[in-house]
Amino acid sequence: MTLGPKDEAAGEGAAGYTVGPMLAGPECCTPEPVIGVRGLAVSYAGVPALKHVDLDIYKGCVTALIGPSGCGKSTFLSSLNRLTDLVAGCRVAGRIEVDGVDIHGPDVDVQALRRKVGMIFQKPNPFPLSIHRNLDMPLREHGVRSRDERESRIRAALSDVGLWEEVADRLDEPALSLSGGQQQRLCIARALVLQPSILLMDEPCSALDPLSAETVEKMIVGLRGRYTVVVVTHNLAQARRIANFAAFFWVRDRAGALIEFDTCQRLFEAPAHDLTAAYVTGRSG
Amino acid sequence: MPDFSSVRRRIFAPQARDGALRMAIWAAAGILFACAAWLMLDVAVRGAAGLDWRFLVDEPARAGRAGGIGPILVSTGLILAVAIAVAAPLGLAAAIFLAEFLPSGSRFAAWTSISLDVLAGIPSIVFGLFGNAFFSVWLGMGFSILSGGLTLACMILPLLIRTAEHGLRMVPDEWRHGAAALGMSRFSSVWRIVLPAAGPAVTAGLLLGLGRATAETAALVFTSGYVDRMPSSLLDSGRALSLHIYDLAMNVAGGDRNAYASALVLLLFLIVVNGLAMSFSDYLLRKRIAA
Ligand SMILES: Nc1ncnc2c1ncn2[C@@H]1O[C@H](COP(=O)(O)OP(=O)(O)OP(=O)(O)O)[C@@H](O)[C@H]1O
Ligand SMILES: [Mg+2]
Repeated sequence: MTLGPKDEAAGEGAAGYTVGPMLAGPECCTPEPVIGVRGLAVSYAGVPALKHVDLDIYKGCVTALIGPSGCGKSTFLSSLNRLTDLVAGCRVAGRIEVDGVDIHGPDVDVQALRRKVGMIFQKPNPFPLSIHRNLDMPLREHGVRSRDERESRIRAALSDVGLWEEVADRLDEPALSLSGGQQQRLCIARALVLQPSILLMDEPCSALDPLSAETVEKMIVGLRGRYTVVVVTHNLAQARRIANFAAFFWVRDRAGALIEFDTCQRLFEAPAHDLTAAYVTGRSG
Repeated sequence: MPDFSSVRRRIFAPQARDGALRMAIWAAAGILFACAAWLMLDVAVRGAAGLDWRFLVDEPARAGRAGGIGPILVSTGLILAVAIAVAAPLGLAAAIFLAEFLPSGSRFAAWTSISLDVLAGIPSIVFGLFGNAFFSVWLGMGFSILSGGLTLACMILPLLIRTAEHGLRMVPDEWRHGAAALGMSRFSSVWRIVLPAAGPAVTAGLLLGLGRATAETAALVFTSGYVDRMPSSLLDSGRALSLHIYDLAMNVAGGDRNAYASALVLLLFLIVVNGLAMSFSDYLLRKRIAA
């Protein structure tokens, strides 16, 4: 994997899109794969939704998944933490390795996998419990016995998503009384509290108003480097702002397929594939 | 309110028919309301005459013509307690299994669903006969509060399963997915999130079942029996309130006064239970809209 020359970014400067941190800092541009996907195919009740996907996700980087509706982005995402197991009739074939371990292996602990690979959904889904209990319950579930440790991790997670100041004095209120943007940040905090190394986000901003979306987006940028983030987005400008790498999916032969994967900058500025070029310039999709 | 007036006008073009229809609807509603009001007023007026504190605690005397309904209230309470204690956990477990663990669309699910509907439609006298044959005779419980309570449990089980299952299915999948994505076990997800969220619906179903059991007479005739003394154990026969009313009204000359007083007690209890059930489902509805 070679990185695009710097002057390309300079030329793009006028539009305000750069992939700055990727070019500047070494920590998130060392292409060290943490997730390796080989020959992934997913079908629902026998109908293929995704075919022949080979893709590496790099450590500490933000990878954006883009493509038109129905091309299998969400399907790809939920096969990474085996949430596809919950869908009756869904079959996953191929090999997915997380930290070098096959997640479909015989003695894989799915709960441990999901603890390591957190997920955030399009629609904020805080549990109908208090704000505090939303974060406390997953910790208890994973056997964090010490109350002090739980409290400090809850506080750290809430601070990470910039919610601590806003909710510190109302932790016992229902989480559903928060605004949409706050709910989504709470959901991200709920994932962070388990100290995952990878975060999967399925259109995390699309159900939010522009201001909340901006807050959440800034937050994701803040996670870069510390977490490996895979984010689905329909907002191409957003993908360019936050992602180091981008993967473009498209429906081919009635099933989703990965068309192109590259650094975000090159995928948008010098796509190798005509379909990608048409999509990122808004001529299709 | 959506405005269907233009549609209505097209269907019942002549104005006269429209008016007649409206009158018929009002008349039907009026007759229904009048019947209910008359029935309740009748019971209230005639029952209030015999109803006082002593009536609730005294033993019945002279086959129920005199005295009160103390032991009968105790028996009724015990029968209901047995029925709910058995039916509630069983019904909840079955509902959780059906809604959360059984893949929907499986053949087993379809058969269970049909069986539940058939069971719910069986007349209660048939449950009474079954309870007599199975609990009283085959299991040797005789005419007892235990036998009556277990028979009622069988009778209300389909209702409890159905309402609880429905309540569980109303809980949005987002929460189940959210819990799974946090690495929570299936069990904790159901126990800590889905079940509390379905709580009001489950409770409302339980109260409806309680109301149905309280009003039941036929299923108890052959199972818990007629004995109107204070029961000393669950294996004693005990007369339920509804059965007491039936007996006073049908078999005891001059028992009308106490029959009405007992009926008033039963009616008040049922109104409270159903009121609670309704306010619970209301609460649930409001919470869903808010969320
Ligand atoms: N639970 C399901 N059952 C059956 N088919 C499904 C299910 N989920 C997704 N599919 C199908 O799989 C294909 C890919 O869906 P997926 O949700 O992954 O697309 P997507 O790229 O996330 O689309 P969007 O951008 O609209 O979210 C679609 O054809 C969809 O109909
Ligand atoms: Mg999607």
